[in-house]
Amino acid sequence: MSDFPWLTTLVVLPLLGAVVTGYLPSRGIIARQVGLGVALVTLVVAVVMATQYDVGGGYQFAEEHEWISAFGAHYALGVDGLGLLMVLLTVVLVPIVMIASWHETDPKADVFFAWTLALEAFSIAVFAATDVFLFYIVFEATLIPAYFLIGGFGREGRTRAAVKFLIYQLAGGLVMLGSVIGLYVVSAQAGSPSYLLSDLQGLSIDPTAQKWIFAGFFVAFAIKAPMFPVHTWLADTTEKATTGTSVLLVCVLDKIGTFGMIRFCLGLLPDASQWATPFVVVLALISIVYGALVAIGQDDMLRLIGLTSLSHFGLIVLGIFVFTSEGGAGAILYMVNHGIATAALFLLAGFAVRRRGTALISQMGGIEKVAPVLAGMFLVAGLAACGLPGLSPFVSEMLVIISAFDYAWWAGAVAVTAIVLAAIYVLWMYQRAMTGPTAADLEGFTDLDRREVGVVAPLLVALVLFGFYPQPLLDVINPSVEQTLTQVGVVHEEPTVPAAPATEGEGH
Amino acid sequence: MTNIFLEGGDHAVSHVPVVDPGAADGVLGLLWLVIALPLLGAVVLLLGGPLTKGRIDRWGHLLGTALPIGSFVISVLMFVELLGREESERQVSQHLFTWFETRGLSVGMDLLYDPLAALFLLLITGVGSLIHVYSIGYMAHDPRRRRFFGYLNLFVAAMLTLILSANYLGLFLGWEGVGLASYLLIGFWQHKPSAAAAAKKAFVINRVGDIGLSLGIALMFVTFGTTDFAAISAVTGEVGEGTLTALGLLLLLGACGKSAQVPLQAWLLDAMEGPTPVSALIHAATMVTAGVYLVVRSNFIFELAPVAQTVVVVVATVTLLWGAILGCARDDIKKVLAGSTMSQIGYMMLGAGLGVAGYAFAIFHLLTHGFFKANMFLGAGSVMHGMDDDVDMRHYGALRSAMPVTFLTFAMGYLAIIGFPGFSGFWSKDKIIETALAENLVVGILAVLGAGITAFYMTRLMLLTYFTSKRWEKGVHPHESPKVMTVPLIVLAALSVLGGVMIAGDWIVEFLAPVVGEVEHHEPPLPALVITLIVVATVALGVAAAWFFVGRRDVPREAPQQVSFVTRAARADLYGDAINEGLVVGPGRHLVSGLTTMDNRGVDGAVEGGSSAVGGLAQVLRTVQNGFVRSYALSLLAGVLLVVLTLMVVNFA
Repeated sequence: MSDFPWLTTLVVLPLLGAVVTGYLPSRGIIARQVGLGVALVTLVVAVVMATQYDVGGGYQFAEEHEWISAFGAHYALGVDGLGLLMVLLTVVLVPIVMIASWHETDPKADVFFAWTLALEAFSIAVFAATDVFLFYIVFEATLIPAYFLIGGFGREGRTRAAVKFLIYQLAGGLVMLGSVIGLYVVSAQAGSPSYLLSDLQGLSIDPTAQKWIFAGFFVAFAIKAPMFPVHTWLADTTEKATTGTSVLLVCVLDKIGTFGMIRFCLGLLPDASQWATPFVVVLALISIVYGALVAIGQDDMLRLIGLTSLSHFGLIVLGIFVFTSEGGAGAILYMVNHGIATAALFLLAGFAVRRRGTALISQMGGIEKVAPVLAGMFLVAGLAACGLPGLSPFVSEMLVIISAFDYAWWAGAVAVTAIVLAAIYVLWMYQRAMTGPTAADLEGFTDLDRREVGVVAPLLVALVLFGFYPQPLLDVINPSVEQTLTQVGVVHEEPTVPAAPATEGEGH
Repeated sequence: MTNIFLEGGDHAVSHVPVVDPGAADGVLGLLWLVIALPLLGAVVLLLGGPLTKGRIDRWGHLLGTALPIGSFVISVLMFVELLGREESERQVSQHLFTWFETRGLSVGMDLLYDPLAALFLLLITGVGSLIHVYSIGYMAHDPRRRRFFGYLNLFVAAMLTLILSANYLGLFLGWEGVGLASYLLIGFWQHKPSAAAAAKKAFVINRVGDIGLSLGIALMFVTFGTTDFAAISAVTGEVGEGTLTALGLLLLLGACGKSAQVPLQAWLLDAMEGPTPVSALIHAATMVTAGVYLVVRSNFIFELAPVAQTVVVVVATVTLLWGAILGCARDDIKKVLAGSTMSQIGYMMLGAGLGVAGYAFAIFHLLTHGFFKANMFLGAGSVMHGMDDDVDMRHYGALRSAMPVTFLTFAMGYLAIIGFPGFSGFWSKDKIIETALAENLVVGILAVLGAGITAFYMTRLMLLTYFTSKRWEKGVHPHESPKVMTVPLIVLAALSVLGGVMIAGDWIVEFLAPVVGEVEHHEPPLPALVITLIVVATVALGVAAAWFFVGRRDVPREAPQQVSFVTRAARADLYGDAINEGLVVGPGRHLVSGLTTMDNRGVDGAVEGGSSAVGGLAQVLRTVQNGFVRSYALSLLAGVLLVVLTLMVVNFA
């Protein structure tokens, strides 16, 4: 089975599914069932593929075909630990979003499901692309389904939000295009042009050129991630879109930003990355604190949750750019954990908003009394978002804070304020929305039904499981981080006074 | 293993023991089960409710009580086993699994059982079990009783994790776990806005302290590459004092949050919104003493960081007086007890700050306080039970005949806390004061003063509640609580009386010596007997003052408003909330609203080039983006073509 084109299958399957779902004559339940079926088959294929993944074996499931030889563009796919986890995150979240959006997107659910599958296909292609040109094409292609998901479904004002989203992303894409072309020039000058990552890594790019190319990539990824000050599309989008769309955007699509930073900025432009580190670290720290403070000030629950991601992405970027194995591992682990926790939070908020008829926190209150299961699950997801130990984001957050502290004590000190600010935005939101006296007009407010509990429960189980036992993820992540750090040329730093490892239960 | 010898001041040569555990064998191999039992209870009770549609409500509280009792039985067995061992064999560790591992660091879920942990285990599971039993009666009429027991079990499991962990990260797991349980239980009656607000306040202030603990852990990783107690204790001698001082101060910040020490004290009085058994278990006997545990456990850091130790002593002394003053002015019986808890933890912290001479006494006082304060909180709960949940002592009076058991058991706790000769608190507080006097005269005198104030406010509480005239609300018929509540009171009262036996023959000092070290001798400035007499005399003065100001007079049912500045300040918690509001919360609120406005206008506007421009652009785009897929596909195709063309231009240029 080793020659089986796993990744192509994972791209083509949802793409075909999108076409079928979108053009099925029936507007009813069948299109949804077909869409979900495709998503589940994709999930199964991805899981089977993952079981054959060799931890520490570098890029795997590689496929490579010449595409446009004049530019050295290839259809080349392959995943390392980072790519594999992102693909898995995508295929897990898509069916969950579909089930959660089962009724939310009536009467155009078939359209929603079709675009969702298209987004899944392009996202997987982005995470699997090992050719920069291919990456660029699918990177831009994700915008089409994303645009329609935002503009077509959700609350009033979504069209404006969709346009804003598109303008930001297109601007980022345009800047990146410059860098993509720049890479071609560099590669062509060194001999025959090639966009293959493996070829580009072998080049020693002139430092000045590196800096320019880096800038282009970084701007695009910073918009995507998002980071301060190019984040303002985020809150508008999450406010207006359906929560299903928000999950796809924030938990999957935004990961392309940080994924790209690791893969392209660090992987291809190590010198420029090191050169830019102080600037990026400061930007990340501002994102952490600024995002959290602005989140505290929100009255719209969906805007609030969107802005928490600004803070969390700040931590992820911080972990990436401090260049330690702990920081890198923490950042990648955070990408997975953030996806799980934020997805749960968005979906549960969506259930509450749909029942209450408004997303304004000040209009809620006392929900716990009428819907204890909803409130309880919301609290668990919220506590995960604020990094409570025992839930998975904690481990990643701690690894990032340790690395930031290692980089510079002030960086650690600024980053750690996130734990207080996060507690404020999560618990204050919970206090205002869920506790207190129950409003009289909450009479018809029902607790979660089986579908809703069932769709969020796996996410919460994952939060607890990876909170206590994240090692399976780290086993996949660690070699990938080492690989990247080797490319960057960073040497592992020993502690000041290395203590002997604990003798565990071995006597004296 | 390296042993570190250092000059411990001018009076003794102290020795910081290295944590060097052996394997957990025999009955000690059951260590994990102590945590697992209450954890199982929490899972079953919290998940089982919704899953079985409430069918387990009928027996849920019994399961929730049985499991901590199971942990207590194991704790006793292990304690007996430990006593039977050689002193050098009394530290064992158990590796459960690797929590997480990267190239540079590895964190295990490891447990450490030693004399310090053994005493805590007995306290947590013993007092914890009694409070569970009591809660069966106290929460009998609450429709969410099953959930209450689930939260209590979660708390016990987290607290045991905190105490048993063999590294700081595992300790942090328990630390945050008890914080979560505390949050859930303070806000248990969360339909009351005051309870929900108090719960959040407690959690957030604790998180401020957690900044210290988190950075401390980060500094440990950077310095030592690990957070294992064993590994760190072996090499602290090789690290510069500056690093250790920073580490000590960071840990102290964490301890201040959890143990409600100044300046992070403001949450504890509000936390009394929780059901009274919660106040007894979490906010008196166990969780709030975790800060003391942290300092004592980190003795291998603090012993080499004298500056940090001095700061501990200062914080402790300020807090012990601060809490005592709060206790004098409050009319809410639970808030008086909460102020008193702050003050008593101040004493423990003082003992811990005094170093090797004081560690054992800090733990000793922690244990006796666990007995008598849990006793009094449960007693207060029993009084509230009989007074229709009224907490205002101005509505009490002359309850001794209506509630004889509650009164008598409470009186044992009272005599213990004021330090009546022979009662448990007498021995433990006296030892701390004695050690403080030997170390620093000013601190010692303030500690004596604190004992006098303690006697005053506790006597005031006793008089207002059980003596003086009846001031009951109409329709209130005080009655004694059921047996399920009074039996735990009797047991705790017995412990309050007899707890001092632990110091007989210096037993606790020698028992803890392998963990915290011991000094060969220390010479107080006065003979011990004289110090004791001075303390007892001060206490007598405090009692007399209370009788003079409260007992002799008629107590008004409304608190008088024409009072001195000092009383007003004490009623306002010495302006702790006002200070927080003025320095942190107020400016923070302005910052947040400023930034939120800026984010909506400024940052956005700058990037968008003005909202009108976007509006115009949107108009243009709207005509282009007519909703047909093919036109989008077309525009994307155009984009791709553009890319290709550009590439070709560059290619052939």
